[in-house]
Amino acid sequence: MITNNDNKAIDRNVAEVEDVAIRFVGDSGDGMQLTGTQFSDTSAMFGNDIATFPDYPSEIRAPQGSLYGVSGFQVHIGHKDIATPGDDVDVLVAMNPAGLKTNLYALKPGQMLIVDSDSFTKKNLEKAHYETNPLEDGSLENYKVIEVAMTTHTREAVKDLGLDNKSILRSKNMFALGIVYFIFNRSMDHTIEFFEKKFKKKPLIVEANTKVLKAGFFYAETLELISTTYKVAPSEMPKGMYRMLNGNTATSWGLLTAQQNSGLELFLGSYPITPATDILHEMVKHRYFGVKTFQAEDEIAGITSAIGAAFAGDLAITTTSGPGLALKGEAIGLAMMIELPLVIINVQRGGPSTGLPTKTEQSDLLQALYGRNGESPVIVIAASTPANSFDFAYEACKLALEHMTPVILLTDGYIANGSAPWKIKKASDMPPIKNQLVPKGTTEYTPYQRDKDSLARKWAVPGMKGLEHRVGGLEKDKDSGNVSHVPTNHEYQTNIRAEKVKRVQNVIPEVKAEYNEEGDLLVIGWGGTYGSLSTVVHEMADEGHKIGHLHFNYINPLPKNTKDILKKFKKIIVCELNKGQFSMVLNSHFSEFEYLQYNKVQGLPFTTIELKDKFKQLV
Amino acid sequence: MENTAIKYTFKDFQSDQEVRWCPGCDDYVILRSIQKALPEMNKKKEDFVFISGIGCSSRFPYYMDTYGMHGIHGRAAAIATGVKLANDKLSVWVASGDGDSMAIGGNHFIHVIRRNVDLNYILFNNEIYGLTKGQFSPTSLLEQKTKTSPYGNTQPPFNPGELAIGSSARFFARLSGNNPKEMTPVFVEAEKFNGLSLVEIMQNCVIFNDGCFSKYTDKTVRADMQVYLEHGKPMLFGKEKNKGLVLNGLKLEVVTLEENGVTESDILVHDAQESDNTLHLMLAKLKYPLATGIIRSVKESTLGERRRDKTQHVKEISKFKTVDDLFASGETYEVK
Repeated sequence: MITNNDNKAIDRNVAEVEDVAIRFVGDSGDGMQLTGTQFSDTSAMFGNDIATFPDYPSEIRAPQGSLYGVSGFQVHIGHKDIATPGDDVDVLVAMNPAGLKTNLYALKPGQMLIVDSDSFTKKNLEKAHYETNPLEDGSLENYKVIEVAMTTHTREAVKDLGLDNKSILRSKNMFALGIVYFIFNRSMDHTIEFFEKKFKKKPLIVEANTKVLKAGFFYAETLELISTTYKVAPSEMPKGMYRMLNGNTATSWGLLTAQQNSGLELFLGSYPITPATDILHEMVKHRYFGVKTFQAEDEIAGITSAIGAAFAGDLAITTTSGPGLALKGEAIGLAMMIELPLVIINVQRGGPSTGLPTKTEQSDLLQALYGRNGESPVIVIAASTPANSFDFAYEACKLALEHMTPVILLTDGYIANGSAPWKIKKASDMPPIKNQLVPKGTTEYTPYQRDKDSLARKWAVPGMKGLEHRVGGLEKDKDSGNVSHVPTNHEYQTNIRAEKVKRVQNVIPEVKAEYNEEGDLLVIGWGGTYGSLSTVVHEMADEGHKIGHLHFNYINPLPKNTKDILKKFKKIIVCELNKGQFSMVLNSHFSEFEYLQYNKVQGLPFTTIELKDKFKQLV
Repeated sequence: MENTAIKYTFKDFQSDQEVRWCPGCDDYVILRSIQKALPEMNKKKEDFVFISGIGCSSRFPYYMDTYGMHGIHGRAAAIATGVKLANDKLSVWVASGDGDSMAIGGNHFIHVIRRNVDLNYILFNNEIYGLTKGQFSPTSLLEQKTKTSPYGNTQPPFNPGELAIGSSARFFARLSGNNPKEMTPVFVEAEKFNGLSLVEIMQNCVIFNDGCFSKYTDKTVRADMQVYLEHGKPMLFGKEKNKGLVLNGLKLEVVTLEENGVTESDILVHDAQESDNTLHLMLAKLKYPLATGIIRSVKESTLGERRRDKTQHVKEISKFKTVDDLFASGETYEVK
């Protein structure tokens, strides 16, 4: 948080702050994603802990200057541990009136607003539905407004380069970045190197961007309005090599690592859908690892092609988001019935129906657990941070292959698009992955021969001599594997399929309440809300409250010791970005406890402020 | 590579399951024809895979002693695509009906054809829904009375050959379900063909649509009502082989040899390998005589081949050999 400082001298103060959140907003074409990424990469390399979140319109090329065409990027950097991109921000950089209008709510009172005053033209103000110019009508007096004629200065900086108008305007985001670098005492080196690499063959572009960046930096230096600059010291993260990673890339890399460690080839059948598509984008690049991607004609072909690949012996995956999961339901039932390893990744978004494609929500939990015909339990797990999407994608593959069952991995738009530092892992850091393929030389086989402990069936695949067999969606005899309508056999098979999933409890880790292992209030969450819940419970525990945080990554089956933890707190509150789906699940397992709920369905993550308000009422 | 001839007989491909189609169903003929064709393909038994969707014909894999999957309704083509992309060495077969392929599975049907996945696709067309007991299908005729069209069907049918060729089918054959002599060799040709080979079989449903094809397929009329096409041979038909097809403007026309001075040299010669599909489409649509046999067989690259080439190229230029190389590449930094 930035503290107010009234020092007006040009030899300004340098304030040390624990953390700071900055949001860059502008028109879709203003390059806000690049600006934000550069600031976050520079800060990451400086050693800050960090979390970022991009926010872009669902329209691809929204009309310039319009309210719905605003693109934003939020960065939260800290000396302390950073678990979320931050709620309200300390600095807002607005490149146009529309950006200001739609994002001013997020700026903390008294904090810094940097605007490109050149863009506050009559036309742009009208487009942003401003009746008067907010820079002139006094409506911004609660903020430290730094008005900079960025367009003019940008033009001036590159006037000798002979650039066309479009290219000049395109680089004004670097002027803003230069200012921010100065305010936060950041080096420009990383960004300049970035230009040199990215535009290797366009030296003019490198020169223009570098000039504008430096111009912004030096301009800020002369600006009396900037009375204080800030330092955010490096955080105390474990030593090692890091890189910034968003959740979708982390998920993809977890899959690639599972492929390598399993020794199988990987097949990904998928159909583009926001916000899951970036996984497909990432995976298609990696053919050289033996990764096969298949962009199918629809969601159903995405998963059924994966089922075919699983039958033929591949590590099979399909990726989707809410509506796509609904379309895949019948096929998940097939994979469950024929007991093939299959990973289904659902990057949740706001529902129902088409809902809010670019926004986040956790409302597919019950669909994942129960959204199929018949008794069809599958493993359901959830990643909870951008970085651990890597681990849970890997875990999904491991569980699917070792237990011969579909596994649904839930992530969400918030962690999928959010980035955080990832301590680089090696494939050998991950636990080995076994599979149920029959050993070479096997001559006797029926499809439902099971492992004694896990009940996973054995896997014989086409091409294996003498093990020809048929599988299918019709119920099968438990011994011969042939079609069977015998009533008691159906019940036996139904039970054993359920028991197989239940026994996964024996191999998954127990859960532990963080910050307090017993006390007054247990805050329960699952999946992508980890950062916000953990931040608040941490703060309140530090303040002396007997509050604990229990977060679930394994949802079906639940960890074995779940009940033991629930017992140790006087009150339980389940916080979810839905109307109470996980609390229903807990209630169905452990009805002896009362579950208070805190729910939000605005397409947005929890803010720490609203959570804290709620929890304070309960302790 | 084991290239020694493997001697199988049709019995090697019979599973131990009792076949449960209705007595007199053409499916028995198709099943036996396939079981007789497989030993002629010089492939190992364990390399055959049969995939089906839902419907009477989709029980097919259970009766084959090969690898097989009885999938879900309409999705056989997509499942089979996954099998083939996972293991290109396999000989993958799809057994699917008219409803499975052209109603619920219509999307997969056109796309598997478009992509030219190297599959062998047997389309059991009986112009009716059999397993659900007699509703009209996407190939049922206009005005046809069925359980769901008691006053006559108001939905015009697809012609599977027209749909397939329109979707850029490279191999299309049409056969009578009651003529095993034609089937076995065409199945062998289908397997040999590198690409998607679609074989439509006019399959009589004795219970719900009996006689639907008899005006073309009855032994007594077959020779007069069908022109059985063979690549490189004139399009002659009739018991006396005295009728033939000529092109009159943009229409196919039936002529009789030695009438109006017509000689055999006037008759069109079937070129299944012509890449322009115009004539093949006309043949597929022809109502009299009905064109049967291999109507189209044009070699083009398959999805597998195109993917293999790309993968090979990417592998050669890639700087990453393991995920560790990937993770260490690009923008990394050290926390000391």
